[in-house]
Amino acid sequence: MSQWDLVNSDVILVMGSNMAENHPIAFRFVVEAKQRGATIIHVDPRFTRTSALADIYAPIRSGTDIAFLGGIVRYLLENDLWFREYALPYTNLSTIIEDGFQAPEEFDGLFSGWDEEKHSYKMDSWQYEGMVVPTANADHSVEVSDPEKKHEMTKRPPRRDETLQDPNCVYQIMRRRFAAYTPEMVERVTGCPKESFVKIAEAMAKNSGRERTGAVCYALGWTHHTTGSQMIRAATIMQGLLGNMGRPGGGVLALRGHCSIQGSTDIPTLYEMLPTYLAQPKAAKHPTLETYLEEETVPTGWWTNLPKYMVSLLKAWYGEHATKENEFGYQWLPKIVGDHSQFPMTFAMTDGFMRGMFVIGQNTVVGGMNAKLVQKGLAGLDWLVVRDSHEVETATFWKKGTLISEGEMKPEDIATEIFLMPASLPGEKAGTFTNTQRLVQWHDKVVDGPGDSRSDLSFVFHLARRLKELYAESTEKRDEPIRKLTLDYPVIGPLEDPDSEAVLQEINGYTTADRKLVSGFKALKDDGSTACGGWAYSGLFPEEGKNLTRSRKADGPDGNGAHHGWAFAWPSNRRTLYNRASADPEGKPWSERKKMIWWDEAEGKWTGLDIPDYVEDKAPGYRPDWSKEQTGMDAISGSDPFIMMPDGRMALFTPAGLKDGPLPAHYEPVETPAKNAFYKAQSNPAAKRFHRKGNALHEVADKQYPYALTTYRLTEHHTAGAPTRGVPTTAELQPESFAEIPPELAEKLGVRTLDWVVLSTKRGEVETRAMVTERLRPLTIDGSTVYEIGMPWHFGWAGYATGDIANILTSIVADPNVSMHEAKALTCNLRKGRLRRHHEGVEA
Amino acid sequence: MTINRRTPGKRIASFVRDWSLPRQLAGEPSKSTAAKSTTSEKLQPRLKLADKVGTSICPYCAVGCAQLIYARNGKVIHVEGDPRSPVNGGRLCPKGAATMGLLNNPERLTTVKYRRPHATDWEEVPLDWAMERIARLTKQTRDETFVEKLADGTVVNHTLGIGVLGGATLDNEENYLMKKVFGGGLGVVAIENQARP
Repeated sequence: MSQWDLVNSDVILVMGSNMAENHPIAFRFVVEAKQRGATIIHVDPRFTRTSALADIYAPIRSGTDIAFLGGIVRYLLENDLWFREYALPYTNLSTIIEDGFQAPEEFDGLFSGWDEEKHSYKMDSWQYEGMVVPTANADHSVEVSDPEKKHEMTKRPPRRDETLQDPNCVYQIMRRRFAAYTPEMVERVTGCPKESFVKIAEAMAKNSGRERTGAVCYALGWTHHTTGSQMIRAATIMQGLLGNMGRPGGGVLALRGHCSIQGSTDIPTLYEMLPTYLAQPKAAKHPTLETYLEEETVPTGWWTNLPKYMVSLLKAWYGEHATKENEFGYQWLPKIVGDHSQFPMTFAMTDGFMRGMFVIGQNTVVGGMNAKLVQKGLAGLDWLVVRDSHEVETATFWKKGTLISEGEMKPEDIATEIFLMPASLPGEKAGTFTNTQRLVQWHDKVVDGPGDSRSDLSFVFHLARRLKELYAESTEKRDEPIRKLTLDYPVIGPLEDPDSEAVLQEINGYTTADRKLVSGFKALKDDGSTACGGWAYSGLFPEEGKNLTRSRKADGPDGNGAHHGWAFAWPSNRRTLYNRASADPEGKPWSERKKMIWWDEAEGKWTGLDIPDYVEDKAPGYRPDWSKEQTGMDAISGSDPFIMMPDGRMALFTPAGLKDGPLPAHYEPVETPAKNAFYKAQSNPAAKRFHRKGNALHEVADKQYPYALTTYRLTEHHTAGAPTRGVPTTAELQPESFAEIPPELAEKLGVRTLDWVVLSTKRGEVETRAMVTERLRPLTIDGSTVYEIGMPWHFGWAGYATGDIANILTSIVADPNVSMHEAKALTCNLRKGRLRRHHEGVEA
Repeated sequence: MTINRRTPGKRIASFVRDWSLPRQLAGEPSKSTAAKSTTSEKLQPRLKLADKVGTSICPYCAVGCAQLIYARNGKVIHVEGDPRSPVNGGRLCPKGAATMGLLNNPERLTTVKYRRPHATDWEEVPLDWAMERIARLTKQTRDETFVEKLADGTVVNHTLGIGVLGGATLDNEENYLMKKVFGGGLGVVAIENQARP
């Protein structure tokens, strides 16, 4: 949803986010919604400025969000407070699941299909009855015994029971699944008083229906967990039941933290994806283009177009060398063989497998988990290239780092050859960022960067040029990819900067015969006649001279408020995804107050206040003719809004796509002061664990590490601090690191504000100043008191605003779906005093 | 250059003309017309000095606030929120408001710093030399670690010997070219950014 659409919400739940402090400008829409009468709710371990502006604040223990949200789902189902007219036709609530499905409450805390040896789930029993539900992401796609069954969905719709009586329908499964999540249980596990919890559940329910909608805003407080994906799923299930998806003021807004982190996810510098959500080929699964397309193409729904997108991408990368005869150059793409995300990279560096590294605009020594291990990894490299605007910790670990200050190594011991290169910043280079609401916005080049600063585009381009020269004479097959790669961007000025508009045009796509820009992804073909670097972005540069990301025409007071003339929102400049759901099954707005798009019977098309996220002329009454095979959008009926799903419906129950269960279940964080009160399984059984020296984990309720610890950001600093700790104004506003400690614990330990304290885990120790504050309250968890400590993680030794690196404390564990770590919930010890390494002679 | 040699009479006349008090006593508003002087009439907003203005997007979080960057003689002289933007309507938070401090920070890197293996300090090297050295190291490591097939014959065409980190603060075009060149060109698979950690 658009950030500005929050003003249309009647209730806003901010959870897993301190929005007022970390996304202050977006929070203005929450404040405006409040002024218009909306109820604002904040659920968070800490009382922050977000809580201060909320109507209801509820404290919870870090990492117990699924217990809380599961409680809301139960409350809605048991009290029949869900939006039936929406959820019944638009979600898979009535769909029948395979008879063998079992959930944690009946299966020792596991879902059915657990393979103890492989430490993962087999998903056969999670499927729709008699069919396999495919998904378009290789890394997540379903491992089932009979993959042939994925074509079943072209022959018939999934079996459903609209009366919701069948014990195997999703509704009944969910009722059983969440039955234990009573208000009493929510209080026992999360520490949130049940009265506050019920008040919140009622506020959500009250603001649902034809006339009302609610939004959820979350940030890293949800993602940084071994159960992070399922936390977000739990919120989405709640929103589906309440009818809050695809409607004005409804939705789930992810508040992301870097200026183009959405862009770097869409056009991914990520290992398992190719641009705009195509899978990076897997060695075992995708030996040829044919097998890739067969595996990845979902026969029903929009993803049936995948071959057009994949072939067009190969044409963009390998140009005329990509031909039908050579699988369009498919074999030149590297194949992945496992998890190549940052954590395995850390270990690969330490072990000597990874020998060279480029770090481009990321300060991983401060931001990476288990910061000491990260530094050990870097010290194991042959060479390291760091590109940044400032001298960041990642570039100086070899002389000022933790290994040096703790006396483990001397600079002379470190053999790494290091380049620190000055990088240009926005304002010194032209290009686009994609913001948190999918808005692709252009920024101009106004001045040159200082001295030898260059854009990263220029760096990669000129490096590639040099490599092409170095490989020019090679006749080796393995060197073909770099030799055949297209790199024909025009250059500008004496520094020969590549033209970023030309790169954006390649992302948009063009016809290969005459290099004419395509108008959008509907124009892409799978025969090699089109090239496109990122299908979902196609349409942002539809013709020469028409760069829509530069468009700066916001709506005036008479506009519809979607601001279609301001930049470009992918896909197709749609501002609200799945907005077909803003109309009822017959195509009429749910109410005048909440109208967005609707079916115009006279014109025979969808129209309204946004660009329809639907086939423009598909009538609400369309039904697939199941007497014959149906593929693509033909298999989706005119009342099914969720066109990227193979059945056109929102998946409250997810047969495919998640590795740790088709429904959320509360598991404790890997390090926690509490036993799992719900199940025998303590933590997420499928979580990624790395048993490595230097990465030891604490026991459950470990007496040596008795306190809960969470980490977070401050308004005045940005992530790992490179662009703020060295800037005078921001450094002055937050000059040094600290830890927030509840008064009750501080008194027990004799700690006062501004005292030095040492926080410790099995990974390492840090010293910092104490800030004793009632913002953190002791919580009663399952009858005993739990103290939670908070620590901002921005700091390091570089710049003016300094402090020990909080990530020295964190461990490397990860969510099984997305390899995300758990820096928001761990355990630690705390003592008054300082560390000897900093101050020889001071008590250690 | 002309030298101001005004007679005492002219100087007094000029003072009386610029003096605010008589005009205030005559009833003119003290904050507008009565406050005008020869000097104030020549004053102009700092932004008028700019010889260039461009639209930008805030380089910090993902909210995507629009900015206007004003420059004079190739140097940034002012950064403010773009009042036209439906995202921020001209507002900036404490970080966004520090953008000019970031761009003009004297602590910015301006040359390539190079650290030889086992060295205890940096040395400065020419950009061109560094680019060539990096290209050769990249080629060498790639050539030494490239795998065409696994032991069982599965084609992989990749190298696990090189890693690439970063991207969340970069342009889409930069991320695109990184994935294309490092992945599609060199066979690097370990390409990651802050979206995960």
